[in-house]
Amino acid sequence: MADVIQPPKDSFQSRIKARYFATRRDTVITVVFAALVAWVLWSLIDWALLNATFAPNAGDICREDLHGGACWSVVSTRWRIVLFGLYPFEEQWRSAIACAVMVAVAVLSCVPWFWSAKRLAPLWVVGFAVFYILMRGGFFGLTEVTEQNWGGLSLTIFIFSGTSLLGMPLAIIFALLRRSKLPWIARTMALVIDTIRSLPLLSIMFTFAIVLPFVLPDGLTGDKLYRVIIGYALFFACYQAEIIRGGMQALPAGQEEAAKALGLGYWHRIGYIVLPQAFRNALPPTINQFVITVKETSLVTIIGFFDVMASGRAASGTAEWNFAVIEMYVFVGLIFLVFVFSLSRYGAYLERRLGVGKR
Amino acid sequence: MTSLLKDTRIRDTGLQAAFVGSILLLFAVFIVTARANLEAQGLTSGFGFLERSTGWRISFSLIEYSTSSTYARAILVGILNSLFLGAIALPLATVIGITVGVMRTSGNGMAELVGTTFVELFRNVPLILQLLFWYTLLLALPSPREIEPLFGSIALTGRGIYIPGLNVTGGSAFVVALLVLAGLGLSLWAKSKRWPDLQAGQARRERRILWSVVTILAVIALWIGRIPETPLISIPQQKGLNFREGIRISPELMACVIAISIYGAAYIAEIVRAGFNAVPNGQTEAGNALGLSNWHIFSRIRLPLAIRIVMPTLINQYVWLFKATTIGIAISFTDFFMVISTSINQSGQTLELIAILMGGFLIINYTISWVLNRVNDAIKLKGTQLRI
Repeated sequence: MADVIQPPKDSFQSRIKARYFATRRDTVITVVFAALVAWVLWSLIDWALLNATFAPNAGDICREDLHGGACWSVVSTRWRIVLFGLYPFEEQWRSAIACAVMVAVAVLSCVPWFWSAKRLAPLWVVGFAVFYILMRGGFFGLTEVTEQNWGGLSLTIFIFSGTSLLGMPLAIIFALLRRSKLPWIARTMALVIDTIRSLPLLSIMFTFAIVLPFVLPDGLTGDKLYRVIIGYALFFACYQAEIIRGGMQALPAGQEEAAKALGLGYWHRIGYIVLPQAFRNALPPTINQFVITVKETSLVTIIGFFDVMASGRAASGTAEWNFAVIEMYVFVGLIFLVFVFSLSRYGAYLERRLGVGKR
Repeated sequence: MTSLLKDTRIRDTGLQAAFVGSILLLFAVFIVTARANLEAQGLTSGFGFLERSTGWRISFSLIEYSTSSTYARAILVGILNSLFLGAIALPLATVIGITVGVMRTSGNGMAELVGTTFVELFRNVPLILQLLFWYTLLLALPSPREIEPLFGSIALTGRGIYIPGLNVTGGSAFVVALLVLAGLGLSLWAKSKRWPDLQAGQARRERRILWSVVTILAVIALWIGRIPETPLISIPQQKGLNFREGIRISPELMACVIAISIYGAAYIAEIVRAGFNAVPNGQTEAGNALGLSNWHIFSRIRLPLAIRIVMPTLINQYVWLFKATTIGIAISFTDFFMVISTSINQSGQTLELIAILMGGFLIINYTISWVLNRVNDAIKLKGTQLRI
């Protein structure tokens, strides 16, 4: 053992050299990019921190400010509109708690202990019910606030959680139907899924919001918000169904055959053998799908809902604040970045942990 | 009765008939209700309205269009605008995406940091927010009166971006675009079918002939299409409150191009990075052993191999990006989707227009994936060499 020569330990300097200054060309690239990064960082700090105005209600100061710094005053004055929209001022604590509950539900579903239908489904249903009761009121002495007054971040969260809650079971049904042994069912489902997948989400949303009342008998149309959520869920389900189907295809055929040989019925085979393993295979793309869904909720702005994006525009849209639009976009962008970035990091972590693709 | 249900064949047939039947029934209800609603509004269903004139304006159009043009013409304008936007934004996204993907796999710490920041920043913020952000920035550019053109010919103003252009008719520009496309298609076809069987010199000669013919034909087309009594090149010039001459790129188009190409680039960069990581190290080492320069190892070995690996993923990404161009409606860029939605508001022919929208997207998306799949067939490794 004593004869074994250890490889020389990489010193800090040699690692830096290999990483940043390996060749002359690398040195040039490093210096150029470092200068670029330094310049961008410095102008950003200069704009966003050093020359910025933070105090609320300082619109006049911002207007006269000649340094050209950011006017965060618009955020500190009007953040309530971005988070809660037109929700009544005295009741906004309810909206805040409701959002916190839904975020907690999303965080809890990332804990492996919850990864079974028996735990995940009640978690989401209860969380969603609490969210709805808190937001809508009308029970337990809470004053009623109808959906027309919902807005801001809470509306975004409502649309997202509604879409997931409806879309996930729908996706499982679609995937099973598409995989059906009965040719007509499988083919029809494939046609429906492929058609919806080849259309832009915007056109689906538009169809559900504006066209559906026109082609449905009166009394079945419902509220515009719920129609849009159903449209979203349908779109989500078609993509997610393909992801689940991919997970199922990665399963060795022996798994289902063994279950059949043991005499398990269809629902037992699907529920205990196929789906759990398919979801395990499909976990990284599923998280990715949720990432895309969070971002795409912002499209409802176009058909006139006051989600977090539209509220941001509205908050800086008045004559008093119309010069601070960029600051508002940055603020809304940061809200999305926090949610989406953490979700996509979590997806990358899962991918490494499960080692999917490395086996 | 129970014995009937237990017969799997009868049960299967019944199930299938019920499933397909219920979907057909759903559509039948839609159509019947829509008919009834149309009649209540005094409209007739059918595609006759396409011949009527629209009466509304379109701010940006590649072909002749006025308020007295027909609905069919307006829809054509929309489709052309969408294709135009896609034709600029998708290649741009590819170029930026490959650059960032290369940066992220370069092994240089600083380049990787910049690439990673780019990807994480632009991938994790909704496209519509980015679009509005760029649009606001573009509108905040100085007004044409206060600006001194760069190099005397390019002007970035809040009313649009002015660049030099050629004084030719739209028709000849279209012919030139077609010629270049035909040249590309022909060279791709030859690359997969003809040139592999020829000697290297012969293939190179044929490629040269092909592109010389394309260039000569393009020059002739431009010469014929010249607008008489104007200089060949038109340069933007300050005249009063605005710029004249040259080509004006509207802020709407520009914002769409920037937003979609950057958002798409962030996704394409990730795909390209995965492709580079999938190229075995042995390939690079073999190139080094042969004494190839770093540039040749990159351009002749790693890039082609990586592109081959990720081509199927890239095809899906292009289809998806093309669908994302519909976002233009948020800043009133008159693309296909916006023309359809305006037409629905104005004419009330909902079902027909939705059918046109769906049909249009199906055709365009299938065409994109068909063409790119042919490209994939042309560049993928052939049977005997399949060792990646």
